[in-house]
Amino acid sequence: MPVHEDASPSAPPALELSRVVKSFGAVVALRSGTITLEEGSIHALIGENGAGKSTLVKIIAGLYRRDAGTFRLRGEEVDFHTTAQSKAAGIAVIYQEPTLFPDLSVTENIFMGRQPTNRFGRIERKAMRAEAQAIFARLGVSIDPDRVTEGLSIADQQIIEIAKAISLDARVLIMDEPTAALSGVEVERLFAVARSLRDEGRALMFISHRFDEVFALCDTVTVMRDGSYIATTPMSETSVAELVRQMVGRDVAELFPKLPAEIGGDLLVVDGLTRTGVFHDISFTVRAGEIVGLAGLVGAGRSEVVRAIFGVDPYESGSVHVDGRPLPKGNPRVAMARGLALVPEDRRKQGLVLDESVSRNITLAIRSSLAKAGLLWGGPENAAAAVWSSRLEVKTASLDAETGTLSGGNQQKVVLGKWLATNPKVLIVDEPTRGIDVGTKAEVHRLLSELAQQGLAILMISSELPEVLGMADRVLVMREGYLTGEFPRSEATPEAVMFAATAEKEGAL
Amino acid sequence: MTATMPRTGNSVTRAAGRTFKARETGILLALIAIIAVATIRNPAFLFSNDGFRDLLLTPSLLLLVAVGQAIVIITRNVDLSVGSVLGLTAYLTGRLFIDLPGIPPILVFVIGVGFGAFLGLINGALVAFAKVPALVITLGTLYIYRGVNVAWAGGDRINASDLPADFRGIGTGQLLGIPFLTIIAAVVLIVAAWYLRNLRSGRELYAIGSDPAAAHLYGLRVTRNVLGAFLVSGALSGLAGVLYAARYGTVSSGAGTGLELQAIGAAVIGGVAISGGVGTVWGAAIGAYLLLTINRALPIVGIEDFWQRAVVGALIIGAIVLDRVLALRQSRKLLEAREVER
Repeated sequence: MPVHEDASPSAPPALELSRVVKSFGAVVALRSGTITLEEGSIHALIGENGAGKSTLVKIIAGLYRRDAGTFRLRGEEVDFHTTAQSKAAGIAVIYQEPTLFPDLSVTENIFMGRQPTNRFGRIERKAMRAEAQAIFARLGVSIDPDRVTEGLSIADQQIIEIAKAISLDARVLIMDEPTAALSGVEVERLFAVARSLRDEGRALMFISHRFDEVFALCDTVTVMRDGSYIATTPMSETSVAELVRQMVGRDVAELFPKLPAEIGGDLLVVDGLTRTGVFHDISFTVRAGEIVGLAGLVGAGRSEVVRAIFGVDPYESGSVHVDGRPLPKGNPRVAMARGLALVPEDRRKQGLVLDESVSRNITLAIRSSLAKAGLLWGGPENAAAAVWSSRLEVKTASLDAETGTLSGGNQQKVVLGKWLATNPKVLIVDEPTRGIDVGTKAEVHRLLSELAQQGLAILMISSELPEVLGMADRVLVMREGYLTGEFPRSEATPEAVMFAATAEKEGAL
Repeated sequence: MTATMPRTGNSVTRAAGRTFKARETGILLALIAIIAVATIRNPAFLFSNDGFRDLLLTPSLLLLVAVGQAIVIITRNVDLSVGSVLGLTAYLTGRLFIDLPGIPPILVFVIGVGFGAFLGLINGALVAFAKVPALVITLGTLYIYRGVNVAWAGGDRINASDLPADFRGIGTGQLLGIPFLTIIAAVVLIVAAWYLRNLRSGRELYAIGSDPAAAHLYGLRVTRNVLGAFLVSGALSGLAGVLYAARYGTVSSGAGTGLELQAIGAAVIGGVAISGGVGTVWGAAIGAYLLLTINRALPIVGIEDFWQRAVVGALIIGAIVLDRVLALRQSRKLLEAREVER
């Protein structure tokens, strides 16, 4: 175990990843992961959703194995098969949602799996408890080591994760968006702890979407985009504008030919929608023939807003009008009858019955209108399904094939078909192209574009900036439950949208 | 957050600790109350030689099985096959004495426990590797093991005359007024309790039951530990099977039928959370005594046979409802305490 005091300038870095590749089937999650963590330094890793940060972290943590590239710890090549190996090598990962055992005491959570024992293997409870207290004293926090972890705040749970890392004497600490759920005071406390760990000579990696935090805490920053390494810069030599440019810098216009559509009257009007702690005072309209993009980071509250509009989730105040008529809250049945359709984010869980046939799935939302005397007959079902599957060009062996056997893109078309069969006026799509290959992606975009041409009002949630900028007539941006920006197509630049999605909040909360 | 010395426990967590301990104490008090009432009605319930002996002896076999069951439930699994394992091992015990005359009883114990452990290993392997819920797997093996037993025994049964006297003596004998069976059960209980409390792998069983996903991220050996829990449950059911033959002498192919539900009931009444991660084998042991003692006490107290099962059912539901209420109250208190700290 090298001691940091005598680490000479030529000492190998604490952790070094170079050109690491990881793919899942045909999807390449990480093209070229490169990062170097030095001892006694805090390194920021930033990038859009899907930039490959989480994959990189999971490779370091031993959850995934890399397909190619080098991974060195203090100059030595390593290859982890399990999280236990990564841990034994002195790496601690603190996830956004801490993973603790709710029924066990704080002390047990810190030492689980490597409790101090006497020579008969008996756990030394007193020694263990004393060590936990010593760590908390060192971190300057007061957490009762005997209480169960159930009911602790996220901030305290993260402190326990850090205590775990210290008890392991981890030389490398990775924090994956640790501040997402913390209040201002709690963030300050976490930063104080992080700085003291840095001053002890440990190497820290900090993933965050908040630029102010990155600038306040970190010494160096690495930017990733589309699974690739973009740049590493000392914090003092860069700026928010520069980082945003690095995060989004790419051509957005090519992939998605947006068809011109005639914009009509207001079809969906949302006014002052609020659900405490989730989203606040959300107001916008979507007009016939218009595609409105809803951009923002994962967790900004976008899915929650559309779920509330559709009536799946509750909201406390505000109103929703569809085609001029008010929509009662909490009633998806009425929402469907009024012409609202929601294609959910997780199509496998929320959009499809995977064991059922393609035709059953397409006609699921209109089954009552196809039924004769309360019974469903195969004929009308297949006829209706055939219409939509040919219009959407669903690639399937037959309409009787199980939906689960289709590719992701074709599954998405089936979900779209299901909702289009209800003949909606307003179509809400949540991450319509997530996990879909490029070719099918373009088809989905063409479809949405055509639907808008036919007079549908489309609200599209997407975390992929090029998709939003390429498809939308107007772009709304949400951040942490607030609507923070609205840009017409001509003004929606990557920089402007990214800034609205990430920059410091003004007056909110 | 300026204090650097951690508190030694605020009122809320201390109260939580008390409720936890109160769970075992609570049912112990209930057990004592039942014995007291039954003894007042009929002093022979406790103060006759037979009465005292029955009180200790009757639940001993269930205790062994309930301890194994508790260990499995703590890992967020369940073992429904324990009754069938007991029955099959009991029959095997009889066959060994019949087919291998003169076999030393100690060897029969080793074979019986080993055979039970093997059946438990099959359960554990199916659950741990096939990733199928334990409820389904052990429901299947419940029928398979019982089926093997029926096919093997046919209409036959083991009779007391088939078993050597010294072996039968283990089932009926006593030391200083305490039945051997009770002593064996107590030793197993103490070892299991010590293991669960003091050894790493014992604590890991709680961790796995508390949050399996977190256990994986911690790098705990989940598969091995779950396998081990089922193996122990099988071995204890095997031991109980050998002792069943020693105690009753007669073993038919239906021995131990329905025992799995009593074992789960004992664990749940004793405070072992069916969702894993919480509870002690002490609780399960007291639960086993409570369950079987109530059965014997109810007729004395004057409650008709007809109602006895209903009372047991009410006890199980009551225990679960009590757990839920306590858990809700505790989480509310913890949340309130958090608000105050802010």
